Amino acid sequence: MEQIISEKIKQVKKGDQAAYSLVVNFYQDRIYQHCYRMLGNKHEAEDIAQEAFIRAYINIDSFDEKRKFSTWLYRIATNLTIDRIRKRKPDYYLDAEITGTEGLTMYSQLSSSDPLPSEEVESSELNRYIHQEISELPPKYRSIIILRYLEEFSLQEIASILDIPIGTVKTRIHRGREALRKRLRHV
Amino acid sequence: METHKEIIILMHQYFDGEIDKVKEMELFTHIESCGACRNHFGELKQTISLIQSAENIQAPSGFTNSVISKLPKEKKRIKYKRLFQTHPILTAAAIFFILMLSGVFSQWNQDNELVVSKQENLIIKGDTVIVPENVVVDEDLVIQNGDLLVMGVIDGDVTIINGKLINEKPINGKLMASAGEVNGELQIVDRVFEWLWFQVKGLFKSVFSFSAG
Ligand SMILES: [Zn+2]
Repeated sequence: MEQIISEKIKQVKKGDQAAYSLVVNFYQDRIYQHCYRMLGNKHEAEDIAQEAFIRAYINIDSFDEKRKFSTWLYRIATNLTIDRIRKRKPDYYLDAEITGTEGLTMYSQLSSSDPLPSEEVESSELNRYIHQEISELPPKYRSIIILRYLEEFSLQEIASILDIPIGTVKTRIHRGREALRKRLRHV
Repeated sequence: METHKEIIILMHQYFDGEIDKVKEMELFTHIESCGACRNHFGELKQTISLIQSAENIQAPSGFTNSVISKLPKEKKRIKYKRLFQTHPILTAAAIFFILMLSGVFSQWNQDNELVVSKQENLIIKGDTVIVPENVVVDEDLVIQNGDLLVMGVIDGDVTIINGKLINEKPINGKLMASAGEVNGELQIVDRVFEWLWFQVKGLFKSVFSFSAG
């Protein structure tokens, strides 16, 4: 598959949009899912995933064909999700605690009082709970946990997706695992 | 009972597959005898398998089409730019200098005549080839030693050797502006440059064979 993709990328570099549509089709589920897990919201995930593919197309000339396209694409998508998280208004920030509710975050209030009907049908309770716990991790741990355990990249690949030293990846994955352990140990 | 910090570090090395046999033995021996660490290890293991059990989600239907519809329109890329990116200008200047010294440069100027691969319906003014407004050229066009001004449409590929695509030109007191389009691939080759490159390779070869002999 890598071989076919890199052939397609060569055609995309020549401006072939039909070839790009095959590339998008091949990666759409993985990238959309990655954005959803990072953002915890389907509308934002769709928005950002599309943006990632559009940016990759526009900047295709700067992609080095000796490297893996998927790594490059994940990097664009991850950076966009982190930007989006940073730009969220404080009052929409899902991790924000509301005074007087004793540790209830806005997210859990939203999800208990006003669940989106489609999401409720699609996911089991446990599955939703796990996604929610992951999406409440600080973004720098969240991205690593998602890439490692849900998208099964190696530590080395994660280092090149996030453009950070492998030592940093290790430190963050340790902290991420510990943070999740505290959240999930009573499941 | 408290967990042991150094053992927890070993646990994480274990989960990352970054532990050697000796340390692994140390980890599991310790876990057998220490309840707190055993409990901690169990929780980490369970956490990982819980995360991994999360369901896969699919992109909404119509995702790919929606992305493609938002892409900027397909553009004809001008390879001219890339030619210089791969052969930096410094190289060009150096080669130029060598050739000036060695006298081969004078050979270049000999065939400087404008050559066009087709003539009908096209206007030629001096060294400029013009595709008039209402003309559609449906085949490939090659222009050598001249510029091209497109006011009509070219459906084929365009190659310009030792010339350029120009936007406007004053003709008979009127300013003619490019408003047409090239639908095929556009390639501009600076022939002087490629020719120099070719010459320089020959030059180096003879220098080396000379010193070797
Ligand atoms: Zn212990």
